[in-house]
Amino acid sequence: MSKLLIGKLSDIDVRGSRTVRVKETEIALFRLEDGSVLAIENRCPHKGGLLSEGMVCGTVVHCPLHDWKVDLHSGLVKDPDDGCVTTFATEIDPDNGAIYVVI
Amino acid sequence: MTVPKKLVLIGNGMAGVRAIEHLLKLAPDTYEITIFGAEPHPNYNRIMLSTVLAGSTELKDIVINDWDWYKDNHITLHTNQTIKKIDTQRKVVISESGMEAPYDEVVIATGSKPFMLPIPGADKEGVIAFRDIQDCEKMFSAAKSYKKAAVIGAGLLGLEAARGLLNLGMEVTVIHKHPYIMERQLDEAASLMLRKELEAQGMKFLLSKHSASITGRGRVKELQFTDGSHLATDLIVMAVGIRPNVDLARSSGIDYNNGILVDDFMNTNMAHVSALGECVEHRGVAYGLVAPLYEQGAVLAKRLAGVETAGYAGSVTSTKLKVSGVDVFSAGRFIETEGSRALRIQDDMAGTYKKIVIRGGKLIGAVLFGDTADGASLFASIKSGESIEGREKELLLGISNDLLGKSGGSASRLENMPDDEIVCGCNGVTKGAIGDAVLNKGCHTFGELKACTKASASCGGCKADIEGLLHLFAGDAVGESAKEGICGCTSLSRDEIVEQIQSMRLMTIKEVMHVLDWNNKEGCSKCRPSLNYYLGMLFPEDYVDEKESRFTNERYHANIQKDGTYSVVPRIYGGVTTPADLIKIASVAEKFNVPLVKFTGGQRLDLFGVKKEDLPKMWEELEMASGHAYGKTLRTVKTCVGNTFCRFGTQDAMAMGIKMEKAFERLNAPAKFKLAVSGCPRNCAEATIKDLGVVAIDGAWEIHVGGNAGVKVRACDLLTTVKTEDEVMEWTGAYLQYYRETAQWNERTAHWIDRVGLDTVKKALEKQEDRLALVERVQKTLSLTTDPWKEIVDNDELRKNFEPIAGPLPV
Repeated sequence: MSKLLIGKLSDIDVRGSRTVRVKETEIALFRLEDGSVLAIENRCPHKGGLLSEGMVCGTVVHCPLHDWKVDLHSGLVKDPDDGCVTTFATEIDPDNGAIYVVI
Repeated sequence: MTVPKKLVLIGNGMAGVRAIEHLLKLAPDTYEITIFGAEPHPNYNRIMLSTVLAGSTELKDIVINDWDWYKDNHITLHTNQTIKKIDTQRKVVISESGMEAPYDEVVIATGSKPFMLPIPGADKEGVIAFRDIQDCEKMFSAAKSYKKAAVIGAGLLGLEAARGLLNLGMEVTVIHKHPYIMERQLDEAASLMLRKELEAQGMKFLLSKHSASITGRGRVKELQFTDGSHLATDLIVMAVGIRPNVDLARSSGIDYNNGILVDDFMNTNMAHVSALGECVEHRGVAYGLVAPLYEQGAVLAKRLAGVETAGYAGSVTSTKLKVSGVDVFSAGRFIETEGSRALRIQDDMAGTYKKIVIRGGKLIGAVLFGDTADGASLFASIKSGESIEGREKELLLGISNDLLGKSGGSASRLENMPDDEIVCGCNGVTKGAIGDAVLNKGCHTFGELKACTKASASCGGCKADIEGLLHLFAGDAVGESAKEGICGCTSLSRDEIVEQIQSMRLMTIKEVMHVLDWNNKEGCSKCRPSLNYYLGMLFPEDYVDEKESRFTNERYHANIQKDGTYSVVPRIYGGVTTPADLIKIASVAEKFNVPLVKFTGGQRLDLFGVKKEDLPKMWEELEMASGHAYGKTLRTVKTCVGNTFCRFGTQDAMAMGIKMEKAFERLNAPAKFKLAVSGCPRNCAEATIKDLGVVAIDGAWEIHVGGNAGVKVRACDLLTTVKTEDEVMEWTGAYLQYYRETAQWNERTAHWIDRVGLDTVKKALEKQEDRLALVERVQKTLSLTTDPWKEIVDNDELRKNFEPIAGPLPV
């Protein structure tokens, strides 16, 4: 387990996303309306669609390729499909807005 | 900071509190709000009272806003407080117990009172109304000690009370002065069907009976009728109607008639005193249904919030009810009179009945019994006042003319289809999978089937087959589809949503979802883009497009491919380019190592396999708009060579195409649309399978519409023939705007025309003044569009979203 400094809150638009590569893994970071930042592996379990490019509704991201719905908290795919995406714990420093991801 | 004004709401019911909810969304900090309620409860759903009586729910289940809601919104709530007077001089309200509250604005929403028949003995113990929780409690306790109940009035409320009393184990007789029950909502045939059903459930009826007096010592014993007959009973529930509660207006010097008189903005005759709901009379009408009260609430909330609003103009109402488990619906003038004619269909076996009433080619009323699925669409037709000529049968039978005209055999085709045949091509769903879902997973409606198997969840081209298979496998077990809204987040249709957005001037996606009670407050990838479109279409000048509610392609202005790369299609107007532009495209393609360059179906060059981070740099170097080759907007205008070189060409197709593409590029629409211009009837640009195609003939231009070469091929219909290029532009602009204003989200012109009818489109565009009005609106919208690529190229804050975040640092 290691903790990585990814960037600052202002790097990501509200309801937007950015990606970061850590070794072989591409991680998608989503900044939600409530101020939280959630991180998941940037790959839909269906056909590998880039989840960072999907539409975020609440805490669910819709894969841009075939509209699979992935819960950003649990990484679980919603019905009627099923599958799972790796999630990563995040921390935000309230003082300077720095975003950390634990891998 | 300004001090908030004091707003007092008198009445803690559905109409008043709904207006407050709306106000809180529009102007959260403008008012310090105090609410007075005569009952001891927070705001509850009175319509659901019958379910409490029926024993299926408790009070807590029908509470709309619980105590916390008041607290969270900083609203002071006084329950058990009946206001007896508004002192408009001192601007305070005074309660019966002597409590006073000052106001800057006061709203009266005291609702209505049940009407009690003024007959001798009506004040005896055991004579009650059915209006609030307390009445329910009285019925519960009566059922414990007594056996016989009588309900006076066979309207909805009376029948619900009777059903509840049956559930409580009482013997129930319903007394009605009219020869048939629910005469305000149903015609005689439907009423008779309902009565049979209720009698089968154990209800007894005494019809054409007028109550004369109630006898008994202390408690009711007998109900006497004017014809001399009588009925022994231990409990009498009066459900003969409601009266606006005008007590407060009377004691405060506010004008009233049947109800408190209000204008279109819910003002009473007294300054700073408004009123709404069942207690008011607007243009001579007092409403007792919830929809009009909510409409009034929206107008009042806007006025109090200082938001510009059109006035309340009254409501056309419909009734959709469930009476003792039986669905009934009626709307408009459903009793035929001279000059109107009625079409009806009755199935006594299935227990269904449908009647539509037509006058002058328009639908003016309808009654449905047993199956009310068509209620909403019939009601929409009544309200719109559209012509239904030629579609009468379709409306009555609920099937389209297409299906009626189609030769049979679709059922046998589905029966003979092998199990492994794919029915839904998009999602690879086989007939066997549908059967499995129906037979083993309990999917008995189209919606359930779609959610479970994804069949028909993408392009929808297989919908008819999926529905056919559902019937094949489920037989009589096919469930009544819940009313399907635009997506799973709402049961509202496109037209209902657009109408509400307009009437309440809802200005953001969030506001729409809140005010229209989305059951998923965050929306989904279907409703968010559609609301974004509707709002932009309705308010082109005021609405700020929400890019987070657009699909990837429109957010990043390039076309996402299956491997996550993008493709770039430079705009080439009319498909006509220059050697210099070709060189530029080629060199950019080489520089960025574009792996594939392909001509598109619309005569453009597509550069595939572009990394997202390269997009802004490529656009910058290309210095061309990157054609909207993906959005729900004008794609391309395909052209043939026309009379410039072609020996058959009659007109300049290339110039016409370029002119059209320049005029309409960037125009958002419910779905993508493609245009084409052919220079002669040989039609080399294949213009008759486009959303709009122009075909030049000698000395004139034909305009063809509603074509599609996609999922379901449809050839165009000829809209009109015009003489000049200017007329081509005028008709095209008007047609596109009419489509923009009336189509459903994601509905291509081909489906749209099939749905609304070519004649409707022709009629809408027939008069030049109508065309010019549409053209003006489309021009307004076009004048506000900008080049999104240039915006991104010039703006670092937008550009950053195309780049990954630079390498992470360990800590």
